[in-house]
Amino acid sequence: MSTSQTTTTEHHPALAHQFDSMAQQQGASTFGMWVFLLTEIMMFGGLFAAYLIYRIKYYDAFVAGSTSISVSWGFANTLVLIASSFTMAMAVWSAHKGKRGPLVGFLIGTMILGAVFLGIKGKEYYDKYDECHIPGHVIGKGFNAWGGCSVNNPGLGNIADEIQQHAREAGVSVPEASAMQTARQTEIFFSFYFLMTGLHAFHMIIGMGLMTWLLLRSRRGDFGPQYYTPIELGGLYWHFVDIVWIYLFPLLYLISRHKGAI
Amino acid sequence: MSTATTTITPVMPAKHYLNDNYGIRSWLLTKDHKRIALLYLGSITFFFFMGGLFAALIRLELLTPAGDLFTSDTYNKLFSMHGINMVFFFLVPSIPATLGNFVLPIMLGAKDLAFPKINLLSWYIYIGAAFFSLAVMVSGGVDTGWTFYTPLSSGFLRTHVALMAVGIIFAGFSSIFTGLNFIVTVHRMRAPGLTWGRLPLFVWSNYATSLIMVLATPVLAITLILLAMERTFHIGVFDPRYGGDPVLFQHMFWFYSHPAVYIMILPGMGVISELITCFSRKRVFGYSFVAFSSIAIAVFGFLVWAHHMFVAGISQYSAMVFSLLSMAVAIPSAVKVFNWTATMYKGTVSLETPMLYALGFIGLFTIGGLTGVMLAALGMDVHLHDTYFVIAHFHYVMVGGMVSAYLGGLHFWWPKMTGRMYPEAPAKLAAIITFIGFNLTFFPQFILGYLGMPRRYHAYPEEFQVLNVLSSAGASVLAVAFVLPAIYFLWSLKYGQIAGDNPWKATGLEWQTSSPPPTHNFHEVPVVTAPPYNYGSDQEVTVVH
Repeated sequence: MSTSQTTTTEHHPALAHQFDSMAQQQGASTFGMWVFLLTEIMMFGGLFAAYLIYRIKYYDAFVAGSTSISVSWGFANTLVLIASSFTMAMAVWSAHKGKRGPLVGFLIGTMILGAVFLGIKGKEYYDKYDECHIPGHVIGKGFNAWGGCSVNNPGLGNIADEIQQHAREAGVSVPEASAMQTARQTEIFFSFYFLMTGLHAFHMIIGMGLMTWLLLRSRRGDFGPQYYTPIELGGLYWHFVDIVWIYLFPLLYLISRHKGAI
Repeated sequence: MSTATTTITPVMPAKHYLNDNYGIRSWLLTKDHKRIALLYLGSITFFFFMGGLFAALIRLELLTPAGDLFTSDTYNKLFSMHGINMVFFFLVPSIPATLGNFVLPIMLGAKDLAFPKINLLSWYIYIGAAFFSLAVMVSGGVDTGWTFYTPLSSGFLRTHVALMAVGIIFAGFSSIFTGLNFIVTVHRMRAPGLTWGRLPLFVWSNYATSLIMVLATPVLAITLILLAMERTFHIGVFDPRYGGDPVLFQHMFWFYSHPAVYIMILPGMGVISELITCFSRKRVFGYSFVAFSSIAIAVFGFLVWAHHMFVAGISQYSAMVFSLLSMAVAIPSAVKVFNWTATMYKGTVSLETPMLYALGFIGLFTIGGLTGVMLAALGMDVHLHDTYFVIAHFHYVMVGGMVSAYLGGLHFWWPKMTGRMYPEAPAKLAAIITFIGFNLTFFPQFILGYLGMPRRYHAYPEEFQVLNVLSSAGASVLAVAFVLPAIYFLWSLKYGQIAGDNPWKATGLEWQTSSPPPTHNFHEVPVVTAPPYNYGSDQEVTVVH
C-alpha cells in the first residue's frame, strides 16, 4: 500500500491508475472475484434451499423424478467437468510460468471440454423433451407425468408405472390414483431440475465467452509472470462453476439411488 | 482558531475533476468515481421526483372517502409504481451510489474505487434498468405492490409482472457492483496509517451496507427469476394449483427485502454520525460502539425476515423467535441514537442546515424505530398488520430517516462536490419545512392505522377523512420542501459563494484536499496520524489550509 520509489519506476502497462503497485492490483482483483463468487453462492443457495424444501414436502415425487434422469450421462459430465478444471488449472500454471503455447492450448482444451459438457447436457434435455417431462405447458409437448407422448416410443418415461413397480419390489402396493398424483408432483422436481442445471449451463456459456476473451488476449501475448490476473480470475470462475455441478450431481442424480435405480 | 485563516478569501483551485476535460463523452465514459457519483445524483433525483409524483396522485385520491379520482385498478398500479420506484430506484442506490461514491474513496485517501469500470457499468445497468422499468410502468405497469406476493402475482394478474421482475433483477446487479467495489476498496485501498479503528463512521456504515448488498441481493435475483419463470412457463414453483407453495415466495422475498431496509437506512446513519460530530465540534461518543453497531445491524438484519409474515400462516414458535430477534435490532439502533445524543452533550452545537437535518433524523428515526418494536410484538402485529400504521412506521424510517440523512449529507458535502456553498437561509427554511411537512403527512397515518384503515385501498369510510386530509396537506408541504433544494442547489452552481477546502472546519481526509478535488483526489498520498474526529485538538487547526 506504500508508494515507494521502486513501485513507481517499474510501471507495468497493465497497472491501473488507482493502484500503487501490481501486487495491490492483483490482491484487490482477486479479492473482488471472491466477493463476486460469494454473491453466486447466495444466488445458487436460494435455489438449493427451495429445492430441498420441496424435496422434503414431496419426497416420493422427488425420488421418482431423481431416479428417472440418467445417472450415466450425469456421471460422464462430471468427469468432463473435472477434466476441464484440470486443464484450467494448467492454463493458470502456464501463464504463471510465462509459457504462451501451453497457455493457449490449455485454454482451448478447457473450451472443448466445456462444449462437450454442454452437448451432453443438451442431449439429456432432449431426452426429457421426448419423454414429455418439460414442466409447464408453454415449452415442449406439455408435461405428461406418465409419458406416452413420444410417437416412436409410447410409454417412455412413465413415472406412475415406475412408482408402482418400485413399490411392488419393496413389497407394498400403491393404488394407481396415488401413483398418478405423485407422478404429477414430479413436475415440481423437473422445474427445479431444469432451473438448477439451466442456471448452471448459463454460467458455463458465460464461462465459454470468458475463455474466448482470455484466449484472444493470450494469443496476443498480454500475459506473463508479472501479470496474469485475468487468467487466474477466469480460472476461479471456471472452478466455481465446476463446484456448483459437483453439488448438483449428487443432489439431483444420485440422492435417491438407494431407492432402486432404473 | 486564528482569525488570519478566516480573512483569506477562498479561491477555486485552477484544475479540478469538473474542468479536467469537457464534453458529453468525458461524462458518459468517465471512470472517475466523483463524476459517476454526479451521474447517479442526477438520475436518482429524477426517479425520486417520479416516485414523488405517484405519491402525490395517491394522496390526491385519498383526499375524499369515495374512490372518485382513479379506478381501483389504476390506484393499485399507482402505489405499486410508487413503491418500486422509491425502493429500487431511489432508496437503495441513494446514499451509497451518490455520497458514498463521491466521498468514500476520498475518505480512504484512495485515488479511486478499486474497480472504476465496474463502477461506471453499475450506473449504466442502473439507468438501463430504471428506464426499462419506467417503460414497463408507462405501458401498463404492475399492480402487485412492490412486494409481488404470490399467487396474486404468479397467476391472477394480467399486468407486466415478469418484465418488471427483469428490471428489478438488473437494478440488483448494479447494487451488487457498488457493494463489491466498496468492500474491496475499504479492504485494499486505505491510505498509510488509516487503520480500521481510524475509519470514518460513514465508511463503516457503507461497509456494512455493502455486505448486505452482496449477500442479500442475489437471493432477490433468484426469487424474481423463479417468479418470472412461474408466470411465463407455469412451472408450479409458487402456484398452489400445481402443489407450489406461495408462502415460500414470501420467505425468499423477505430474505432480501428485510435486509434491504438496512441497505436503505445504514448509510443514512453513517451520514448522521459525520454531521453530529462535526457540528458539535466533539469527538464521537463511543466510536467503536457506533462502528460495530452498523455491523451488528447488518448481521441481525438477516435473521428477522419472517416478522413480515406473522399472519401468513407460519408456525407460532418460529414467529416467537423472529419476534424476539426483530426486537434485538433495536439494541444496536439505540446504541447509535444514544451515542449521537451523548456526542452533542456539552458539545459546541451549531445549527447549520446539515445539522438541522441530523436533528430531524434523530427524532424521526427514533419514532420510526420504536414503532418498529411495536410491530415486532406478535399480538400488536395481528392488529396493525397491513394498516396505515405500517405505512407510517416505514416512512418514518425511510423518509424521516433516510431522506433527511440524504439531504443533510448532500448539503454537508455539496461544497466539496461543487466548490460552492448553497445559500444558508433558504436551506434552513427547507430543512424546517421538511420536518413540518413530514410529520403532518405521516403522523396522522399512525392514528389511521391504529383505528383500522387498511393500506392499498382507494376508498375508505368517512370517519377517516379528517386525518387523510391532514396527511394530503402535509404531502403538499413536503413537496415544497423537496423542490426548494433542487432550485437553490442549481442556483448555487453559478452564484454560490466559493467554499474553500474546508468550510465546516471538519476533520476527515475529504476535507484535506481542494474543493472540488482534483481528478486523482490528492496531489500527494495523505498519511493519517491521528484518531478519527479529532475535534478540539491541535490537529484540527493544522488540517485547515
